[in-house]
Amino acid sequence: MRYLWYLLPWQFSPAVLTVCVLTVALYLRGLLMLKRNGAPVGFWRPFVFFLGLAVSYAVLQTYFDFLAQHSFWVHCLQQLILHHLGPALIVLSGPVLVLREGLPRAGRTGAPRVLREMRLDWLRKPLRLAWRTLQHPLIAPLLFVGLIFFWLIPRVHFATMIDTRRYLLMNWSMFADGLLFWWVILAPKEEQGSAAVGYKVRLLILPFISMTQIVIGAYISLVPWQLYPIYALCGRALAISPMLDQQIGGLLTWIPGAMMSLVGVIVVLRHMMREEEAQLRMSPLRAETPGSSRPSAEVA
Amino acid sequence: MSVPSRRRTLACAPVMLGALLLAGCATRLQPDVTDVRGLVAPLEFNLTDQNGRAVTAADYRGDIVMLYFGYTHCTQECPATLAMLADALDRLGPLASRVRVLFVTVDPRRDTIPVLKRYVGDFGPHFVGLRGTDAQLTAMIKRYRVSYHDEKPDKNGNYEVIHSSVVFIFDGRGRARLLAQTGFSSAAITTDVRRLLEGGRLLEGT
Repeated sequence: MRYLWYLLPWQFSPAVLTVCVLTVALYLRGLLMLKRNGAPVGFWRPFVFFLGLAVSYAVLQTYFDFLAQHSFWVHCLQQLILHHLGPALIVLSGPVLVLREGLPRAGRTGAPRVLREMRLDWLRKPLRLAWRTLQHPLIAPLLFVGLIFFWLIPRVHFATMIDTRRYLLMNWSMFADGLLFWWVILAPKEEQGSAAVGYKVRLLILPFISMTQIVIGAYISLVPWQLYPIYALCGRALAISPMLDQQIGGLLTWIPGAMMSLVGVIVVLRHMMREEEAQLRMSPLRAETPGSSRPSAEVA
Repeated sequence: MSVPSRRRTLACAPVMLGALLLAGCATRLQPDVTDVRGLVAPLEFNLTDQNGRAVTAADYRGDIVMLYFGYTHCTQECPATLAMLADALDRLGPLASRVRVLFVTVDPRRDTIPVLKRYVGDFGPHFVGLRGTDAQLTAMIKRYRVSYHDEKPDKNGNYEVIHSSVVFIFDGRGRARLLAQTGFSSAAITTDVRRLLEGGRLLEGT
């Protein structure tokens, strides 16, 4: 029974629970609808989706959260999961199709129509602008590394770790930005609609975010003084020295953070190959001459 | 690139600006004393004091409260910190009558009410010893985002407790104002507390 206690939230968040329950319900309904329509999605997509959601929930709403509040390296691991692993898995599973099927009929008609029916037509333009901005191939990576950097500025970090509201804001912002960024990188162009980002551009973004995380992580793990005294001041949760705690945290930002770019590159290359194959199938003659227009790409 | 080129707007300026504003907190006063207005939760608890009386934060309204987590078997940090605070109260002179030091034990197993009473009595009349059930203490450490845990006991059954080393300072309305970090000097605390007292701001509304 003692072990079950570790699975309970350290600080219960109704918001996290609500979002997770709604998402799971929507997804399950979508799976059921697709199966009923004779287009089941199989095992792996739902598995990857639920895995991404589960690891994100676990680092927020279990005893892990307590450790993350009182040990710097666990904090770094938490942010790595919230910002990199969880959202990337969710995006990789291609959840949009399933989630859309899970919506009530009215919601499936597409965002513009829903807005029109709710008499919120005026919102369409600002929403579109906001989405385009967040998905911009220059802004998305800057926001991604900018957030990692921002929450690790020692002064900001100090305030964040003693203020519950700032702490929650950090976690939400990292997860939301994780979804936005990995959507730019990992989603197929066809699914990205009007804000689609080309595959070659993505291959430029990935080394950039990798390099930035290496610089941040290396700095944290190599400086010979304490950057984040708050963990020692408020009582450390694990029996390691503050300097070692900081060094492991830096390494976690440095190595796995940067390694995620490699995973990104592999996924993007797979998308590119798939696109090429599709082109060959559609118009074998045209694809042979380089520089010719590519009809299949216009679909995006 | 096969995607048709499009004009995109660089409208992220407000986001970045908001982020920078958030950074502008936690200004330093004296060395090792930090302004934590609006960051740390207001004073709130249900505990038992060294006389066995159930108390809440409301019992200390009107006084400046210095909150510290520790335990009486602590050999170094706790006595040093409490001695420093006692010294700071001495320096405050008559103003000290408006200050309470709340010593919350993180070792309620060994720190029974009589033990606690003897211990805080050594530091002076402004010191209050507080003890809680596991649930009360857990609620308190969650609220103030601190932690504690017992180390492994030695062969005589003695054990140390790892705990926070900061002192939270609240004004007369129970709002968190200052945070003193390890190694603060009593002079630093005195200066900051006197400044707040004389400005009348720390006790406003009382």
